[in-house]
Amino acid sequence: MIAKMRGNYLLLTIIIIALALFPFVSDSRTLTILLTQIFIFAILAMSYDVLLGYTGIVSFGHAMFFGIGAYATAIILKKTEPTMLSFFLSIIVGMLLAGIVSFIIGLLTLRLQSHFFAMFTLAVSGLFLVAAEKSRTLTQGNDGFTFRAPEFFADRTTFYLFVLACLLIIFLLLRLFVHSPFGSVLIAVKENETRSAALGYKAIYYKVMSSVVAGVVASLAGSLYVVSLRFVNTSVMGIDITLNALLMTIIGGVGTLVGPILGAAIIQLAQHNLSNLAKTYPIFERWIIFFGIIYILAVIFFPKGVVGTIREKLGRKS
Amino acid sequence: MTTLLKAENLHTYIGQYHILQGVSFAATQGEVSVLLGRNGAGKTTTLKTIMGLTPASKGTVMFKGTEITKKPTYEISNLHIGYVPEDQAIFAGLTVEENMRVAMRKEDDTTLERQEYILSLFPDLKKYWHKDGAFLSGGQKQMLAMARAFINEGELLLIDEPSKGLAPIVIEKVMEAMTEMKKTTTIVLVEQNFLMASKIGDTYTLIDDGKTVHTGTMEELIANDELQHTYLGIG
Repeated sequence: MIAKMRGNYLLLTIIIIALALFPFVSDSRTLTILLTQIFIFAILAMSYDVLLGYTGIVSFGHAMFFGIGAYATAIILKKTEPTMLSFFLSIIVGMLLAGIVSFIIGLLTLRLQSHFFAMFTLAVSGLFLVAAEKSRTLTQGNDGFTFRAPEFFADRTTFYLFVLACLLIIFLLLRLFVHSPFGSVLIAVKENETRSAALGYKAIYYKVMSSVVAGVVASLAGSLYVVSLRFVNTSVMGIDITLNALLMTIIGGVGTLVGPILGAAIIQLAQHNLSNLAKTYPIFERWIIFFGIIYILAVIFFPKGVVGTIREKLGRKS
Repeated sequence: MTTLLKAENLHTYIGQYHILQGVSFAATQGEVSVLLGRNGAGKTTTLKTIMGLTPASKGTVMFKGTEITKKPTYEISNLHIGYVPEDQAIFAGLTVEENMRVAMRKEDDTTLERQEYILSLFPDLKKYWHKDGAFLSGGQKQMLAMARAFINEGELLLIDEPSKGLAPIVIEKVMEAMTEMKKTTTIVLVEQNFLMASKIGDTYTLIDDGKTVHTGTMEELIANDELQHTYLGIG
């Protein structure tokens, strides 16, 4: 057991060092940007895993929290001098807003059965999208707007390392969270609300707290995403973002935390490479079809996701 | 002798079915009260109704003189009422250790000492301490369910058929644990195994067709062959 844990930490350390050194040994700006996107979506997917994997909540509106973070950062950096201070302030504002919104939505709806909650989140997310489209003076609607990132991030490598550090910190914090006694109760609630109530746990409290944590982390991913693009429009609140997070979590392995990181890499690399192939082979212009095939194959051969299936074969949970 | 729990004229519906049609009984502090009856008589539903899992449509449940009939399950549990359901209600996605920790109300020295004692009774649990509940056998799951209920110093423990599906050697261990628990905790026990019930029980309540038909001391029931034959099919 201890040897396995040491092995896990050693592997994690090697991967982190390799990723940290990558921009210094590779000239590829495209790959650096792609890896940055993978890290950002890995944060989003991990936040979704807290909901789906550890609490059993299916949300179709997770993009609204990503969007809240995205707009908070974009608007603050646009309206103020784009310094690191205003960047950190925008992250805090985004997280606070996302936390408040997820708390209110959770309190109102997490008493409902899961499918009603899923539909409700879809509706509320739609409302946020419409609000962003209509608030043109602030968001410039569908057209969106560009803004300047802090000077510190002018170098892509610096931003890459910053996002990698964020990914590592969030991973470790979420790992602490899901392996804490609170996390055990979350799993208990997910498995059987009635049984956990018979042990004295009020399910709604744990579900709302999980929803708040997921919302806050998704908001951070949104903040980092718009800084990587230096642009924001309403697509950050689109259903595509939620579906991507869902796919990354399912393909990587629900309830594993590492799985969604792997899922983010698989999806982002598949999207990037399949769309690139279209330059040579026109059939890949319909890359989304191939993407669908990858998803179907993953579900058939790895029903518990890549990491979940591997862990099942090894007969262990972490 | 103080009455800790009193159920009076309980009526409970599950869907359209009128399961409890007038169950009444009392559990005296420091005693083991056994609910007996044939399959489908309403014993399990009585425990679920006390816990608020299948709320009563009529009647009252009083705990330490306070009505708890309409309270939600988690509030009832937080009154230090433990419950061991009959379906080995452990959490399959949690390890044995996590299952125990989820059940602990506090993690102080007394609780950890108690945990050590429970693990000495059920050494299999120690062996599979870091294994997921899903990998345990039926008997081990039942042991875990019992161990979880015993981990807290509760005032009242509702136990539903603890011997169900267990090997005789494990039943002995469960009996030993219950005898130890009896020193500090009042127990309401649903049990089909009359031998086990008669060994540990102080009082009995016979339930038939959702109604209380007889109550008394366990000695009286042991001495009454006719009652055993009529309501329990013994002899």
